[in-house]
Amino acid sequence: MRTLISDTQLNRPGGRRAYRIVLVLVVLVFTLVFLGPLYWLVTGGLKSTREVIQNPPTLFPHQLHPATYREAWSQLRIGRLLFNTLYYAFGALALQLVFDVAAAYALSKLRPVLGNLILGMMLATLMIPAAVLIVPQYLTVLDLPLLHVNLVNTPWAIWLPTVANAFNIFLLKRFFDSIPEELMAAAAIDGASPLRALWSIVLPMSRPILGVVSIFAVVNVWKDFLWPLLVQPDPRNQPLNIGINSLSLGVSQNVVIAALAIASAPTVVFFLIFQRNIMAGLTSGGLKG
Amino acid sequence: MAAIRTSTRQRVRQNLTAHGFLLGALLCFGYFSWYPMVREVVMSFQKTKRGRTTWVGLDNLDRIVQDPAFWQAWRNTLLFTVLALLLGFAVPFVVAVLLNELRHAKAYLRVLVYLPVMMPPVASVLLFKYFYDPGHGLFNHLLAGLGLPTLAWLNSSTTAMFSVVLAATWMTMGGATLIYLAALQNIPGELYEAAELDGAGLLRRIWHVTVPQTRLILSLLLLLQIVATMQVFVEPFLLTGGNGPEGSTTTVVYLIYQYAFNFDNYGSASALGLVMLLVLAGFSGLYVRLSRSAD
Repeated sequence: MRTLISDTQLNRPGGRRAYRIVLVLVVLVFTLVFLGPLYWLVTGGLKSTREVIQNPPTLFPHQLHPATYREAWSQLRIGRLLFNTLYYAFGALALQLVFDVAAAYALSKLRPVLGNLILGMMLATLMIPAAVLIVPQYLTVLDLPLLHVNLVNTPWAIWLPTVANAFNIFLLKRFFDSIPEELMAAAAIDGASPLRALWSIVLPMSRPILGVVSIFAVVNVWKDFLWPLLVQPDPRNQPLNIGINSLSLGVSQNVVIAALAIASAPTVVFFLIFQRNIMAGLTSGGLKG
Repeated sequence: MAAIRTSTRQRVRQNLTAHGFLLGALLCFGYFSWYPMVREVVMSFQKTKRGRTTWVGLDNLDRIVQDPAFWQAWRNTLLFTVLALLLGFAVPFVVAVLLNELRHAKAYLRVLVYLPVMMPPVASVLLFKYFYDPGHGLFNHLLAGLGLPTLAWLNSSTTAMFSVVLAATWMTMGGATLIYLAALQNIPGELYEAAELDGAGLLRRIWHVTVPQTRLILSLLLLLQIVATMQVFVEPFLLTGGNGPEGSTTTVVYLIYQYAFNFDNYGSASALGLVMLLVLAGFSGLYVRLSRSAD
């Protein structure tokens, strides 16, 4: 594909040399800027308590202290925090898949009375900056209207608000709209119930969009900070982001760094496995607020 | 007659089924989006003291405007937004244009730029906190190695906000870069060819082909970034504990957080939230209009 600079221009002797220099420079700078901190994270966790705060900083650990990682695991209770994070992320994913898919299906294919009004009200929430609603949302979770339940310190406080995701509804409905009406009519004539049609016609055709929604569902919970800080005050229930930060005070720096390295590892691995889907989802799924 | 009756009954049943499918999402939207939205507005005009809630009209608004922290928080937030846009808007564009020209190592570089976006924020932020340490931090060591004067980074009111922006840019620029990259790949190659035939050099091709062809996506992303950066919370909260030296990193969202959860003053917090909503609604509205014209 033709871009800003043409292949013929690059293939001239001068062009080729300039290209080489730029390529090497870009690769070096990018590796340094984006991989450098990760290298520092992994090796910092292998340094001794003294070496990690030594001036000047060392590029390689003088002596390897893999025990730091073990210490981080037990002192900061990383196992527990990791489990909590996964529990919140996949619980949120399951609820979003069930309720958002069902809602988008109803709005796209079953078209109930007031459907358009409901869709409009859902999409309108995209206009409201999330930070503005933090306080009333917190008060709601503290004492759920009509039911008078307190969700704080329960996983529901994290799971349920993630279902109110208008972006999911928008993406899913747009995809379901593209499924031909004739298929749905044929299923109805064969006597398939709406649930049956969703299960055996719509869902199998919607794998790509379900993938995008799933990845964002997991990543959003994994990265969230302010909301879990408010609704999970009990240290035993905290996810990684909150737990490491609150436990890191009074622990030596190499142990904290080792903990951060452990906390980053799953996301990095997850990203490397799903990088194609994640990047495709980011660019094709449209722009997200 | 009978036929009509069954069809009405059928329609009622179909509607009930459809609303059954909607129920879970409706409840969640009701409890966690629509109701809090109404409550946000109502609470802005109320005050709760010792469990008794009273209407106070515009008193909350009046009070927060008289708080010096209010103006400082807005100044800081604007400074953060401007700096974050200068870095976070321009750098990804330049990087995307550069990456789009490379014929090698593209997949590798794309993964690298997006890697920080996937990291847990606590890891990136604490990492930068250690880098910024004036005593044994990496950044001052690098500056000294280059023969440059060292900085106090987060410990001085003049450099604290800049340090926050730098960390935030590293953490988030991958998303914008990839979106620009996708937009660049949609530019028809013939446009560049035609420009070249007309004798346009490299910079003129960027200015007359690349920029106009990506203008819509650039403006959409600009609006999104304004809305997102003005809600900054995590970075200052973790890097400087929120306020920073002489309140130099207090942001509007942090002030909302402080009113509500440190001072138990939900009225002021809601009033400030409402001000924020009105400010950002303009940008959101513009975004919606622009993205409609894109379809």
